[in-house]
Amino acid sequence: MTKTINLTLKVWRQKGPHVKGKLETYHANNISTDMSFLEMIDVVNEQLTLDGKDPIAFDHDCREGICGSCGAVVNGRPHGPEKGTTLCQLHMRHFSDGDTVVVEPWRSRAFPIIRDLAVDRGVLDKIIQAGGYISVNAGGAQDANAIPIPQEVADKAMDAAACIGCGACVAACPNASAMLFVSAKVSQLALLPQGKPEAARRAIAMLCSADKAGFGNCSNERECEAECPKEISITHIARLNREFFKASFGSSVQ
Amino acid sequence: MQLDAKIPDGPLAEKWDRHRFEMKLVNPANKRKFDIIVVGTGLAGGSASATLAELGYNVKTFCFQDSPRRAHSIAAQGGINAAKNYPNDGDSIWRLFYDTVKGGDFRAREANVHRLAQVSNNIIDHCVAQGIPFAREYGGLLANRSFGGAQVSRTFYARGQTGQQLLLGAYSSLARQIAAGKVTMFPRREMLDVVIVDGQARGIVVRNLISGELETHAAHAVVLATGGYGNVFFLSTNAMGCNVTAAYRAYKKGAFFANPCFTQIHPTCIPVHGTYQSKLTLMSESLRNDGRVWVPKKAGDTRRPADIPEDERDYFLERKYPSFGNLVPRDVASRNAKEQCDLGKGVGETRLAVYLDFADAIRRDGRAVIEKKYGNLFQMYAKITADNPYETPMMIYPAVHYTMGGLWVDYNLMSTVPGLFVLGEANFSDHGANRLGASALMQGLADGYFVIPYTIGGYLAGTPQRAVTTADPAFKAATQAVNGRISKLLSINGHRTVDDFHRELGGIMWDYCGMARTNAGLEVARGLIQNLRAEFWENVKVPGDPGEFNQSLERAGRVADFLEFGELMLIDARARQESCGGHFNEAFQTQENEALRDDENFCHVAAWEFTGEDKEPAFHKEPLVFENVHLTQRSYK
Repeated sequence: MTKTINLTLKVWRQKGPHVKGKLETYHANNISTDMSFLEMIDVVNEQLTLDGKDPIAFDHDCREGICGSCGAVVNGRPHGPEKGTTLCQLHMRHFSDGDTVVVEPWRSRAFPIIRDLAVDRGVLDKIIQAGGYISVNAGGAQDANAIPIPQEVADKAMDAAACIGCGACVAACPNASAMLFVSAKVSQLALLPQGKPEAARRAIAMLCSADKAGFGNCSNERECEAECPKEISITHIARLNREFFKASFGSSVQ
Repeated sequence: MQLDAKIPDGPLAEKWDRHRFEMKLVNPANKRKFDIIVVGTGLAGGSASATLAELGYNVKTFCFQDSPRRAHSIAAQGGINAAKNYPNDGDSIWRLFYDTVKGGDFRAREANVHRLAQVSNNIIDHCVAQGIPFAREYGGLLANRSFGGAQVSRTFYARGQTGQQLLLGAYSSLARQIAAGKVTMFPRREMLDVVIVDGQARGIVVRNLISGELETHAAHAVVLATGGYGNVFFLSTNAMGCNVTAAYRAYKKGAFFANPCFTQIHPTCIPVHGTYQSKLTLMSESLRNDGRVWVPKKAGDTRRPADIPEDERDYFLERKYPSFGNLVPRDVASRNAKEQCDLGKGVGETRLAVYLDFADAIRRDGRAVIEKKYGNLFQMYAKITADNPYETPMMIYPAVHYTMGGLWVDYNLMSTVPGLFVLGEANFSDHGANRLGASALMQGLADGYFVIPYTIGGYLAGTPQRAVTTADPAFKAATQAVNGRISKLLSINGHRTVDDFHRELGGIMWDYCGMARTNAGLEVARGLIQNLRAEFWENVKVPGDPGEFNQSLERAGRVADFLEFGELMLIDARARQESCGGHFNEAFQTQENEALRDDENFCHVAAWEFTGEDKEPAFHKEPLVFENVHLTQRSYK
């Protein structure tokens, strides 16, 4: 049954990448517990607009947990307190009347703040461009059933492919490492026969790209796995490491 | 003006092959001399960008999201159709073609749909080669499942995330071409105008959404893959950013808009639950395989579902359509749910919902089986509603989902503006008056991977063009117009927010141009929209500056266009004096309340031409000629 709650928000406000930001306090009153977290911010923004103030900037699009646009650190946790949930799918029934809620952007040197809660995650695209693909042109493929792939392998590849590229793993990691993100793509493609010819080059190129972008390394804190809205497992990081070592120690001379 | 669809001669099954042979080619060394702009990075735009770059063209690609991986194709759940016939159950290119034409209630172009069915198989091959982890059988071969409107299993899927996986496949091919330097990617750019030089589309004006600067880009051809306009209803299953602006700007520059009143209302969505609500969430059509739809027999019955005995329930789809039961096509299921609610039999707090009940299926198959089939959907439902669908029936209601209408294109996917091509949901061509499940992904990728790479070459090789740069006066004029509009939006400083106007517009469209339409209602709605639009330009409040990251300004521009476009939908709906597929005019129905087509007078595409601000658009007709299928009344009894 619908009920309403009142909250105190402390939201990070920052006009641009090179200006100082700070937490501002807002009151979110009469919030229906059926609202999503982003709908609650919509309500606050409508009031700010009518009051002649700048609304809170935040990225969002699909609002069904799949596009990966949204995300903020809520009370210290990327995407908030619910497990396996993006911010847009977090509902206000998980908060209590009178709560104070702190909302901050992803924090990482590699993700400069654009404004308020919106950050620039363009480096994640750069990492994919370094090798997160199979080099095949449209038109030349053989029949789709020519290479059988065991169901178990396809399932594992799908587990990795579920990554939505939101960047929560980076925000959760004390090293601001993007290893879970990198590993999800490397692992998906290394598992499938179609991805094997380029597996070695891919692992090295994508890891180097992540290093260059300023992401930290993995020290097995497992925070990424705990906060990933798609619950991607760090076993994929293990597979990435294996692929990377194989590629580094192997010789290209046949 | 006579619209020429440029459909090739010859037998249906040979048209595409013949056309590919007859089109002029651009030789490989010359392709690098051509620049192509692609707007949008969903399945159609992403695949087109990648493929055109693979061929050697210089591609500039634009999207309003922060990354090309986030376009709303990503949210498609169910699957993608192809005529592979792997299950050996009698499928063929011809059957996929026929099902699609019939599903669209005979308002699509035969030749386009047949080509779509032909290339469907190439799509699956290519996607597997890209590393898309489709569902597989134990033996390692690809799995298929069934979808509405077909009697064969031809839908390929990747769990409930098929759209995501297909889009990430196109995105990965795009990423490869960006790395190769063949595609220059411009994220966080919104297209605000198309630039016409010598009657040809030669560039665009975009706003850099971070800096607010207006940028101009010139090319030899412009490809729009900017999606559908479902957000004109405010509440829909579209993403928040989906908009009609690019398509509508092209319309104002001379591209005809076809069948704007053809909108799809999807029957199984989570019902609206409050005025603050920002969007609606779809539950996959596959749920209707096991869920039974019902309402209480007695109007105004407020008992809990468990307290309503079996003989006081009306399983209305099973009762009315004994042979298809709960699996009737989307438009039929939606209209019936609305009818029950109109009779006062709706359930839930708002009385605008019907039950989708799995109790029988759970009793029959056991909870474990149902959980394996639908676990993720049940979980999503529980997350949003805090109800447990294993114990109490789901509540569902129809919601706006897809738009079959779009910019008019010929067989080559070129609009009425030479050099302006339109792909995917943004064009009108393949789904007629109703789209079947798992066909949107097929069409987007067909257009991008396998149609535009050929037809754009035919255009470029056969069209004389002079050298044009952004220094051309046409770019300056377009930029000035865009600038003027932005300044105006920011200067009004009224008392209502953009969302407030958008919500009211959506209410008008839903009430008068939604699941059921009447001539009187459509006329009332026109007046309401005109008034709302006038108020918008006097009383909207858009905070902030033009030269900054300003999401209110982005939304204001989109809603301003929806306020004009909504009226075009009403005009089109009023002009089509028949019912077909998603367009249901209450005056035209069979005795059993099904859509009643008028093939004698309305077997055509309605294409609208912009004639000036506040002027009536001009109507153009493309007759639909059916040489290969027989037009019948759809029956799902």
